[in-house]
Amino acid sequence: MSLKNVSLLLVSFFMCTVFSQTSFAAPLKIGMVTDVGGVNDQSFNQSAWEGLQRTKKELGIKVSYQESKQDADYPANLETLYDAKNDLIWGIGFKMADAIMIAAKQNPKQKYAIIDYSYGDKTPPNVVGVMFKAEEGAFLAGYIASKMSKSGTLGFIGGMSVPIIHSFQYGFMAGAKYANKKITILEQHAESFTDAAKGKAIANQMMGKGADVLFHAAGAVGDGVIEAVKEKDKMAVGVDRDQNYMAPKNVITSSMKRIDNAIFNVVSELNKGVFKGGKTIEYGLKDGAVDIAPTTTKMIPSVLLEDVAKLKKEIVAGKIKIPNNQKAYNSYLKTLK
Amino acid sequence: MKKFIISMLSIVLGLIVGGVILKLSGISPLEAYQVMWEGAFSQPNYISYIIIRSTPLILTGLSVAFAFRTGLFNIGAEGQFIIGAMTAAYFGFVLNLNPWIQIPLVMLMATLAAAFYGGLSGFLKARFGVHEVLSTIMLNWIALYLSNHVIFIEGFRRPSMETTEFINPSTSITILEDWKISDMGLEWLSRHEFWQSFMRPPVNAGIFIALLAVVIVWIILNKTTFGFKLKAVGFSPLASEYAGINTRIKMTQSMMISGALAGLAGATHVMGVSKNIAVLAAHEGYGFDGIAVALIGSNHPVGVLFSGFFLGALKYSGQKIQSSLEAPSEVIGIMIGAIIFFIAIPSIFNFVLKSWRKNP
Repeated sequence: MSLKNVSLLLVSFFMCTVFSQTSFAAPLKIGMVTDVGGVNDQSFNQSAWEGLQRTKKELGIKVSYQESKQDADYPANLETLYDAKNDLIWGIGFKMADAIMIAAKQNPKQKYAIIDYSYGDKTPPNVVGVMFKAEEGAFLAGYIASKMSKSGTLGFIGGMSVPIIHSFQYGFMAGAKYANKKITILEQHAESFTDAAKGKAIANQMMGKGADVLFHAAGAVGDGVIEAVKEKDKMAVGVDRDQNYMAPKNVITSSMKRIDNAIFNVVSELNKGVFKGGKTIEYGLKDGAVDIAPTTTKMIPSVLLEDVAKLKKEIVAGKIKIPNNQKAYNSYLKTLK
Repeated sequence: MKKFIISMLSIVLGLIVGGVILKLSGISPLEAYQVMWEGAFSQPNYISYIIIRSTPLILTGLSVAFAFRTGLFNIGAEGQFIIGAMTAAYFGFVLNLNPWIQIPLVMLMATLAAAFYGGLSGFLKARFGVHEVLSTIMLNWIALYLSNHVIFIEGFRRPSMETTEFINPSTSITILEDWKISDMGLEWLSRHEFWQSFMRPPVNAGIFIALLAVVIVWIILNKTTFGFKLKAVGFSPLASEYAGINTRIKMTQSMMISGALAGLAGATHVMGVSKNIAVLAAHEGYGFDGIAVALIGSNHPVGVLFSGFFLGALKYSGQKIQSSLEAPSEVIGIMIGAIIFFIAIPSIFNFVLKSWRKNP
């Protein structure tokens, strides 16, 4: 960033503060550490950086990122951003949980935030955890999948049997059952987030058993799922980002996690002087932090879209209780008529 | 001496290539190098990070260099590193003895496991003539997936995580780990600014092990008949066989020592820095960087020591141009590549040196 840009930003910031008659403060400086995926991972790291760039554009925040090449880089990168005197340091992804915990204890005056991880009661006062109610987006995706299926069989492919994936899984299944109680759902975990070939094999197997809409929550394993679906010309549901571009005719919707919006929310609150340290924030449909992909409108009939819009309102109003684990899912099934 | 000059010239040329690339991506090379220099040496904690970063690189560098000196190209340091790390993480977790027994024992087991793993390639070459480059590359992947598999052993895996449980504190070689976050330690450190900064990173005893390994490798190669035989096999297997050396056994032994060194790197990394292992999507590159370290250090133990520090510093400080200048940190990878490229074509330098001598 050139000096000119910086001064422009500063000037615009001055103007804003003057006109809104708030007290003057230097612009906030915020940095993020990516996990080993890097900042162009087509997934959550990229989404996080997009969120920070938006805070730069709209709020005049000074932003920077530090990519990790190895897991051992996390502490060093967190320290680099600490030495650069950032007001808030983001760790993107639950892999960074241990490193952030140690850094937060060593530097009690530094503010930290972490995506996708909750320390529960043990959250240090200078750390805020950000979690997503992924089940809410997945519920809508499951509803759509169920309505679009011709064979009456759906498939779910997860990365690993861990809580973050369960929220996608049971949200999706709950939505599917909500639309059609008799629908069959095949489930399998790939035990990997990287092995696309395995995703393809599982997808083919599921389609062999009659599944015609497949949902994945498995990182790069999903690339293989979508590829298989494209070859057999069936339907797929993407995850995290709008994955329609990967197979424009087959990806009917995506269960999105808007990490960018969540980061923007936290940063703009901090900009107003609010920091919810020591807590875990849960973002959902209501906050625009999870949703279904915008491209869904092109892929499904408008009658169904109206249904989905209605459902969305009900979820935001808290009328539907969406399960995010197996136990809750089982008791949820009993409530269905 | 000539090798030293070639290495230095290659480093300078590599920095120039890096500068050109920085310039092309619209960043002032001088500014970037200044950020890197300050990011490496301006604070005590940076120095400790460089030491921490360099430790595994020195050891894997030694591993590759040792194999090179005995005529073998060990690309498998990566896999042997993983085996060493995995073994250390596992036994560091299951065993919990007195630290004075625990630490050497876990380290020994990790080293032996990696020695066996390295020796496998040596044996395959000696017995069946399988080229070590091929077998080590494949064994790298086997090690990676084996490690990913072992992580999922029930009880060893941290519940609902892609990592294992931490090793027991009795296995840790991190220096004053508990003391520095204790009240007494925090109080003392707050009065001593230098140490406060220096001790912030996970400073560990791994570097002493690496230094010791440098000395031992130097002694084996230069002062023992065993080392002489290994080198003889490297120079000419047929001649040494004629001289009565059992070349097959020597090849296997050489790969075992090479593997042991890489495994030691993995063990110090787990016991001093990471404290556990995580599922790997791809190779982390400790072993592959070892090849670069060995080449820049012209396969001499002492050269490896310095090039290990150099690469560690470059890799650590190079990342800093990203957050402060928004520069692509891939430049560092290109720079290291360029340095090795120049080292690999010494004839250019010979040509330059000769013509320079003719008309100074």
